[in-house]
Amino acid sequence: MKLELRGITKKFGDFVANDSIDLVVEPGTVHALLGENGAGKSTLMNVLFGLYDADGGEVLLDDKPVKFDGPGDAMRAGIGMVHQHFMLVRPFTVAENVMLGHEPLAGSRLLDFSMARDRVTHLSQKFGFDIDPDAVIDDLSVGAEQRVEIIKALSRDANVLILDEPTAVLTPQETDELLEIVRQLADSGTSVVLITHKLREVQAVADTITVIRRGKVVGTAKPTATQEELASLMVGRDVSMTVDKGAAKPGATMLEIEDLRAVDDFDITTLDGVSFDVKAGEILCVAGVQGNGQTELAEAILGAIPASGSVTLDGTELLGRSIRHVLREGVGFVPEDRTEDGLVAKFTIENNLVLDLIDQAPYSRGGAINVKAIEDNAVAKVEEFDVRTTSAKATAGSLSGGNQQKVVLAREMSRPLKLLIASQPTRGLDVGSIEFVHKRIIAERDNGTAVLIISSELDEVVALADRIAVMYHGTIVDIVPPDTDRDTLGLLMAGGKQVTA
Amino acid sequence: MTAVATPTVQAERSIWKTTAVFLSRWKAPIGYSVMALLSLLVFGFGPEPGQTTSFALSQASDAVQIPVFSLPSMLTAIVLSVIALGLAGYSTYATYAEKKVGVWLPIAFGLAFMGALLTWAGAGRDSTNVNITGMLVSGVFLAVPLVFGSLAGVVNERSGVVNIAIEGQLLAGAFLAVIVASVTSNAYLGLVAAPIAGALVGSLLALFAVKYWVDQIVVGVVLNVLVIGLTSFFFSTVLSDRPELNQAAAQMQADGGIVLQSLPIPLLADIPVLGPVLFDHNLLVYLMYAIVIALQIMLFKSRWGLRVRAVGEHPKAADTVGIKVNRTRVLSVLLGGAIAGLGGAFFTVANGLSFAKEMTAGKGFIALAAMILGRWNPTGALMAALLFGFADALRIQLGIIGSPIPSEWLAMLPYLATIFAVAGLVGKSRPPAAENIPYKK
Repeated sequence: MKLELRGITKKFGDFVANDSIDLVVEPGTVHALLGENGAGKSTLMNVLFGLYDADGGEVLLDDKPVKFDGPGDAMRAGIGMVHQHFMLVRPFTVAENVMLGHEPLAGSRLLDFSMARDRVTHLSQKFGFDIDPDAVIDDLSVGAEQRVEIIKALSRDANVLILDEPTAVLTPQETDELLEIVRQLADSGTSVVLITHKLREVQAVADTITVIRRGKVVGTAKPTATQEELASLMVGRDVSMTVDKGAAKPGATMLEIEDLRAVDDFDITTLDGVSFDVKAGEILCVAGVQGNGQTELAEAILGAIPASGSVTLDGTELLGRSIRHVLREGVGFVPEDRTEDGLVAKFTIENNLVLDLIDQAPYSRGGAINVKAIEDNAVAKVEEFDVRTTSAKATAGSLSGGNQQKVVLAREMSRPLKLLIASQPTRGLDVGSIEFVHKRIIAERDNGTAVLIISSELDEVVALADRIAVMYHGTIVDIVPPDTDRDTLGLLMAGGKQVTA
Repeated sequence: MTAVATPTVQAERSIWKTTAVFLSRWKAPIGYSVMALLSLLVFGFGPEPGQTTSFALSQASDAVQIPVFSLPSMLTAIVLSVIALGLAGYSTYATYAEKKVGVWLPIAFGLAFMGALLTWAGAGRDSTNVNITGMLVSGVFLAVPLVFGSLAGVVNERSGVVNIAIEGQLLAGAFLAVIVASVTSNAYLGLVAAPIAGALVGSLLALFAVKYWVDQIVVGVVLNVLVIGLTSFFFSTVLSDRPELNQAAAQMQADGGIVLQSLPIPLLADIPVLGPVLFDHNLLVYLMYAIVIALQIMLFKSRWGLRVRAVGEHPKAADTVGIKVNRTRVLSVLLGGAIAGLGGAFFTVANGLSFAKEMTAGKGFIALAAMILGRWNPTGALMAALLFGFADALRIQLGIIGSPIPSEWLAMLPYLATIFAVAGLVGKSRPPAAENIPYKK
């Protein structure tokens, strides 16, 4: 089915999210919609899917104008969407999720579970998904959940499938699998719209690329275009895709971890004897598939979860001390979930910038807050870290992801640091922000700080690391140099030991 | 210096953690053991040797009569306590071996414990029998408003709307049922009117909670206060001026009106013990059975149920597949209100009483507890409500026997059962994820 958007305009108040966007998706092709976060890609697709009403323009299917009043209409017309945040009912089984909204009924007027199961099995086999129709969503991996979403869309005979940032939550292996599925779908005649800001994926799978910036189409490109070309179209200026960093000048050992062990609330081992060290002026990246103990590693160093073993920073034992003490020893901590753990969304940027300094001069004296000092600090930090905001008195929640992360970084770097821990520092950020965050991290390293980066993005690990520690099932499998090839790293991430020649 | 302090802090933390883990795993066996030992010491060795306890299983009206029998109090109570100890031992073994135990264990334990308690209470009282069947009959009957109330909660909360207003819906149902029954001289019309009253209260909940996004718990509390206020006001004005609007069954029957009769089901009602307990009740009780079965099937096997549950778990997901979230919620809230309202008829027409101020006396809140204990399932809610009903019946039975326990303590029994049940037995139950979160597009 051919999908065409003509002059779609969508405003939120004074803000124009989509400004007269034209787009044609040919049948059986993969059309990538490339743009930074906040460029208006998701808004456009929500308009198409009937979740938002457009202020102007029209949608044509096979050259006939259509009008959708809600997602139900869009689905009946053959448009399916896999949302960035999965629309799955977690305690339901796969079959229940897939049938929801168009349930097959048996003769008794009750649900026909066997038909629903067959539907799932049929589609699952057709695309080699290996999904059990009776599995409960809660028990599935993120990758499997996404395949359920795809089955859900296909079970309604979707001819156009919209995938909204489908790889944001996937591991490198799952991403490759997904891209293969996308190719397969297109080959079987489905038109796929792939919304993303990741250049590698676009190059790997797209037939046509439309780039959107600030709500407008700024150009189209062929998948043969280089990453630099695509990135500069997307950001609107030249972007360097490689991280500019000089050789590390490692100093004395700053952080030393020995036999670190921890269990979770259910007594399951999460850290199983982790030992490594990080030197001053060095970046150690911890790579690994999410859920192999990386989160717990960062939290154990910070003192947020109980652990045994030893964590010494510059000769001082950190384990067993309060988080406040650990921070005062010179540890900067960028948590993996910035909206949940990094910021208080309803506080102003000013206040978020001094969250862990508010009990000290100059921000407070004798229990009284020095408003002037906080304001001055905010103005300086917003400038230094290039936080794009109307005012430092805006709430942190009103900022885009990239700017929120800049606020977290600004706060954590405003103390003299011996160690910077950053978990998933660029997750969900756009190209411009990633570039900025990486630069600041390297600058911190060059200041002589020991830097520990935890990331499940292999590209990021390779770009930043001076050494890479691969984590699997709560242990460090191996520590390798940054020029190790991707295949070897992938193998290590799956728990395989490196074969030394 | 800090390095010296470290191990202590670590040890302290891990002690707390270990203790917490230990307690959460072992709370059931520990609880059973303590209760079984208590049963052995107090109930087992309490009665004087030679005392007997007489039990009655049949009521005067029963077709099949089972004679009253007496058992030696001490021996019976000790045997029952030892059975309870054995069950506690099995629970300990199962926890140690990480085996799952079925629901039969708490039920069997409860029966043994209650049996020991009743044997002890009735020991040496030659003039009174421990009327077991009578106790079970009143247990089922007392559970009726709790069952309706908790089913109302299930229907509401499965769609994502918290219903604290069950109490008010019960009261409104009780109020309108008696007025309609009195005016028409037909108690069955009272049963028709009661759900309307409950649904009206539900419509207010739907209006504020679904349409205007007011906090659902706050609205529920306010609605309870509103219904109590309104019914109390009308009770002391209109109803006290015109008592013919608020008639008890005896009065109606004397005036030739139709009241709710006990409708024994042929054959089934003649089964000893089970018959009178389950199959010799008035229409409201049979309606309750029907609604439990219907809801259990509809919630989990029908299109309607699947959609209601989807809306209560992940409304946005439901919306994206074309389900009207807020319409589904409004309808569920109205249906829930109607069910609670019907349950309210228990207090007046089904009980043969006239309306009195605040006569629901917190039953709506116990119903909420039954819903949680029943894990948001109709049959689970039924079981939990029956448990509370039996606790209430036990209190009354002990009062009749004349137990050594002060009556004030006995009055606490249903509420104690509620607290223990909710705190101790619920375990890993999970409320619908979107509960108390208004759906805004």
